[in-house]
Amino acid sequence: MTASTSVFGKHERAALITPVIANNPIGVQVLGICSALAVTTRVDKALVMAIGVTLVTAFANLAVSLVRNYTPSSIRIIVQLAIIASLVIMVDQVLKAFLFEISLELSVFVGLIITNCIVMGRAEGYAMQNPPWASFLDGIGNGLGYGLVLILVAVVRELLGAGKLFGVTILTTQSDGGWYEPNGLMLLAPSALFTIALLIWLLRTWKPELQEKS
Amino acid sequence: MELYLNLFIKSVFLENMALAFFLGMCSFLACSKRVETALGLGVAVVFVQVLTVPINQLILHHLLAEGALSWISPSLARVDLGFLAFILFIGTIAAAVQIVEMVVERFAPALYTTLGVFLPLIAVNCVILGGSLFMQERDYRFGESVVYGFGSGLGFMIAIVALAAIREKLVYSDVPHGLRGLGITFITTGLMSVAFMMFSGIQL
Repeated sequence: MTASTSVFGKHERAALITPVIANNPIGVQVLGICSALAVTTRVDKALVMAIGVTLVTAFANLAVSLVRNYTPSSIRIIVQLAIIASLVIMVDQVLKAFLFEISLELSVFVGLIITNCIVMGRAEGYAMQNPPWASFLDGIGNGLGYGLVLILVAVVRELLGAGKLFGVTILTTQSDGGWYEPNGLMLLAPSALFTIALLIWLLRTWKPELQEKS
Repeated sequence: MELYLNLFIKSVFLENMALAFFLGMCSFLACSKRVETALGLGVAVVFVQVLTVPINQLILHHLLAEGALSWISPSLARVDLGFLAFILFIGTIAAAVQIVEMVVERFAPALYTTLGVFLPLIAVNCVILGGSLFMQERDYRFGESVVYGFGSGLGFMIAIVALAAIREKLVYSDVPHGLRGLGITFITTGLMSVAFMMFSGIQL
């Protein structure tokens, strides 16, 4: 047994932890932006989406890695898509069965997990070259990194836009007799872009080596 | 006619795929450094979208919807294969993208080299799958799906070409270091999205 095959060796730990911040899928790899912008008006939606993406990425990585030595490279994309689509169908059916209201609000974005670049990007970029267990952890790590950004953005948007978190009032709005004047822009689509831009700015000020030279 | 025109305007401006729903953001950001590349990607998206949305509409209504299989035998009248929609949609899309890739390689080699790796990426572009999923959610009929496919593709093309034009000029501006590249592109897209919001409420 070499070190790389141990259950939780250095390689595996790196696979799990680096994507959360240092190699964050949204902030650094620029993957999976679409859904990050669209589902972040409320924290509960963002949370459900993050869990869904984490599960799909992890199991897609696992499955792709298991069949990686038997997949001819000319049809690998279609194999990956078939695996991912099947997993997303499962997530969608579970959501429809147990969280019907949230599934209605997420509408097409559950289906769009299939084309979320994080899932595809990790399957292609990591799982095709690495053993199953490390790939699985890499999927979890990327899902967590994605979820972290998603929830941060959702907290900012829901708190400033509606004065609520998880639908519970935190800042009482003026229309309810409180003091807080909600910022309606935060509930509209463009604010997600501004919030993510600010997050990226923060991240790159903190880690200057990530800055782009142009 | 009025219905179709209305749907067209709505899908190009009001419900712009890129600026109102933020679909296809990955390629939207990656391919918008030069107008030429953006235009090529935009045309490819329109083309694939016009192909796939109507095809998926036919698949949905003649194979998957509840009772759609009753033409084979009456005993299948209650079968609802709707849950298979995702996997069949993505299959259709992958096939269509493959065809477009071969056509472009054969007839426009220059465009093929410009688009490079981004052409296969259209298969996993959310605009394409998103178009088919919106078609499913809103229950468009065949005619509507053709118009919607064209309109939503065109909307994406307009948005990405406009962003590329802005970014070409942006190269000369003095942007704070941390915002360079990705950050400022996000903010630009946000401002464009605010501008597109003024179309809301337009109806023919």
